Amino acid sequence: MSARDWLLDESPTSRWQAGAGRAYAAARLLLRNPLAVVGGGIILLLVLTAALAPLIAPESPLGQNLSNRLLPPSSAHWMGTDELGRDIFSRVVFGARITLMIVVLVAVISAPLGMIVGAVSGYFGGWTDRVLMGLTDIFLSMPKLILALAFAAALGPGIENAVIAIAITTWPAYARISRAETMTWRNSEFVAATRLLGASHARIIGRHILPLCASSTIIRVTLDMAGIILTAAGLGFLGLGAQPPLPEWGAMISRGRTFILDQWWVATMPGLAIILVSLGFCFLGDGLRDALDPKGQAKS
Amino acid sequence: MTAIALRGLNIAYAGTPVVRDVTLDVAEGESFALVGESGSGKSTVLKAITGLAPEWTGSIEVLGRPAAHHPDRKLARVVQMVFQDPYGSLHPRKTVDAVLTEALAIHGIGDRDARVEAVLRDVGLDRRFRFRYPHQLSGGQRQRVAIARALVLEPRILLLDEPTSALDVSVQAEILNLLKRLRAEHRLTYLLVTHNLPVVSFMCDRVAIMNRGRVVEIAPAAALHDGEFQDSYSRQLYAASGGNSPMESAGR
Amino acid sequence: MTAPLLSVRDLRVSFPRRDGGRINVVDGLSFDLGRERLGIVGESGSGKSMTGRAILRLVRPPGRVEASRLAFEGEDLTTLSERRMRALRGARISMVMQDPRYSLNPVMTVGRQIAEALRVHTPLGRAATRARVLQMLQDVRINDPERVAAMYPHEVSGGMGQRIMIAMMLIPRPSLLIADEPTSALDVSVQAQVLGLMDSLVRGNGMGLILISHDLDLVARYCDRILVMNAGRVVETCEARRLGEATHPYTRGLLAAVPRMRETRAELPTLDRRAWEGT
Ligand SMILES: Nc1ncnc2c1ncn2[C@@H]1O[C@H](COP(=O)(O)OP(=O)(O)OP(=O)(O)O)[C@@H](O)[C@H]1O
Ligand SMILES: Nc1ncnc2c1ncn2[C@@H]1O[C@H](COP(=O)(O)OP(=O)(O)OP(=O)(O)O)[C@@H](O)[C@H]1O
Ligand SMILES: [Mg+2]
Ligand SMILES: [Mg+2]
Repeated sequence: MSARDWLLDESPTSRWQAGAGRAYAAARLLLRNPLAVVGGGIILLLVLTAALAPLIAPESPLGQNLSNRLLPPSSAHWMGTDELGRDIFSRVVFGARITLMIVVLVAVISAPLGMIVGAVSGYFGGWTDRVLMGLTDIFLSMPKLILALAFAAALGPGIENAVIAIAITTWPAYARISRAETMTWRNSEFVAATRLLGASHARIIGRHILPLCASSTIIRVTLDMAGIILTAAGLGFLGLGAQPPLPEWGAMISRGRTFILDQWWVATMPGLAIILVSLGFCFLGDGLRDALDPKGQAKS
Repeated sequence: MTAIALRGLNIAYAGTPVVRDVTLDVAEGESFALVGESGSGKSTVLKAITGLAPEWTGSIEVLGRPAAHHPDRKLARVVQMVFQDPYGSLHPRKTVDAVLTEALAIHGIGDRDARVEAVLRDVGLDRRFRFRYPHQLSGGQRQRVAIARALVLEPRILLLDEPTSALDVSVQAEILNLLKRLRAEHRLTYLLVTHNLPVVSFMCDRVAIMNRGRVVEIAPAAALHDGEFQDSYSRQLYAASGGNSPMESAGR
Repeated sequence: MTAPLLSVRDLRVSFPRRDGGRINVVDGLSFDLGRERLGIVGESGSGKSMTGRAILRLVRPPGRVEASRLAFEGEDLTTLSERRMRALRGARISMVMQDPRYSLNPVMTVGRQIAEALRVHTPLGRAATRARVLQMLQDVRINDPERVAAMYPHEVSGGMGQRIMIAMMLIPRPSLLIADEPTSALDVSVQAQVLGLMDSLVRGNGMGLILISHDLDLVARYCDRILVMNAGRVVETCEARRLGEATHPYTRGLLAAVPRMRETRAELPTLDRRAWEGT
């Protein structure tokens, strides 16, 4: 029996085989979508770059060499050097770590927070719903970047605070999505049946409702990643995110702005990195939507 | 001993009364049917017993203990319910195994593997089905899983809300046979909601007929043989079910 | 005889199999339907619902529909554009789906959903729409239409959900109704009234009706002709009144599995699926 047959077996013999089979089916759907494959490839590249940064980067991202100031791209410095003589390619490569960290931290903080708020709100309804959704709407009605700015300014500049500020501005969207999803499930018979087994509300929300909200939230988070990266870069650009000498892409653009007319590469190279990674997340998100969202399938 | 005793039970949803003044007793080991007009409150009575319809007044006693106004963990080991719709009553992303194991986990019951295997054997599903998802099961197989979920905690009373109305006749026959065998083997008490009088005739000892939120008559199932009902609605229901037709009496 | 309302020849619905081949779940079905009542019965999985969906071109990929002829009021359904098809669905052919609770939107009141179904095909004023909706609910024997129209699908009983679905499908006054297990959750007297309503539409408005059901008695009572399906094929066609005299072992098996009012058997016979294999 081949591995494929094992995965596609209609009658799996263990929990593990059933789960693997389902993941395999979803992965196959995803791989059939060319955009998703491109997006996934870009994200994979980002992760590998971040993990192997010291091996990839030819120079230290921080080591200054004032004799090499503002050199244009060449075979020695693929992306040129900046005003302190640092190799921009190396900085962009190390910057991948910071971007990835921001993205992961924001996702880890805001997605679960939003999902839980939304699920609790949709599941209980009534007063709980009104209070939680009122709160959500307040956050939702404020312009994201400005709110993030206000938080970053209040908490003080720095990368951790930038992450917190961005997370605070992104969760309301996930709360809305998972509330809508929860409302369609909360009255279903399997929820009633599970309550009759003696399950607590917490257990029902955690084990039964949240997994059903997960796919639409994951899709949305992936699609939002581009915006998150841009917001992080924006905060960096305004000096409220990562502080020098950290090679954060937005901060790098900000420094390069002074030379934009004569030494275009200083600001452009990190800009290209931002665009590439943002596009990668958008493609992947679109692909995930087609693969995971049953409503999307009905359309085709 | 009475398994379920309802006294002057009134049930409402958000203030709108739906069931009025229901009084009935189901003896332990009995199979009791609840039939009646659509929307007359049959499912609501079952929901009140289990605490899913919390707005009730009057009294509900299950095996001598008063029932709560919310689903109760202790009661869960005594009373379980099977829902009407085999498509809606299973979580779409959970395997049969996960559904059954969870019930045991909630109550901290050990030896889960063996128990899950045993209950699946009980409802006539072989082990090939254990790790399947609901979309890989037919309607009849899903209903068997729902029955297995109800049985895995080894309750003494099963509330069955139209367990076969969504199934075709051949599958219905299998499920009815299964329920009958399980009742004999586990000495279960059934409270069965149905709109199909012949099913009552096959499965039950007594029947209560409901109309517009009230129980209008309680009769032995044998009344279905000769149509000896007191109430006019019961007689009408019996006639509409083809109870008086000569084809029926000839036994076809 | 005039041209039939619906004419189906050699209808096939297939799904891909694991090994790359395709399996026919409806396999060469042919029938003509006039302004009459046709019943389709058969075991679970025999392809009854797929037949109904195929006529409306609602079979989702990877499922595939083929037919040498599929004509409705002289129009060839196989070549109609998706846009024309959408205009046809609901307005001239409608289908009561088997799983009403799934087919209704859980977060919209039932009144609005029925009004929506009407509005798409016959735009009326607000008050007129509402009056039609309430009248329709009354027609399917919902006692308190005002209250029910304001309810969400989870607040209605099983049988009310089915009747709401029927109301939704009948309100645009289609010329063909495909009803897939429309009354499985109804008690007999309401069932009789709802089927009576469909019946009067067949007689009065010349609607065609395809009634899919596993309830043999009901089909025998409310249809003119019956197709018995098994594994995607028609195994027997008979006059509805003659169903009791059906000869095919499969049909006999189905009949025997029905519990009777004066039941004395300790166990119901179930279908022995080997008995008619190869027929
Ligand atoms: N959650 C709810 N909120 C408000 N009203 C409800 C709710 N559930 C049921 N009802 C109402 O209570 C009445 C009885 O419903 P119930 O489901 O008990 O009927 P039933 O006898 O089981 O009918 P059926 O045979 O059609 O399933 C109906 O009028 C229904 O609209
Ligand atoms: N998406 C699918 N992929 C593969 N096979 C399918 C799919 N959908 C349906 N089938 C198969 O098509 C066959 C016919 O299904 P259909 O729903 O028409 O049965 P039915 O006669 O309506 O049964 P029931 O009485 O249970 O409703 C079944 O064997 C089913 O397994
Ligand atoms: Mg009910
Ligand atoms: Mg069907």
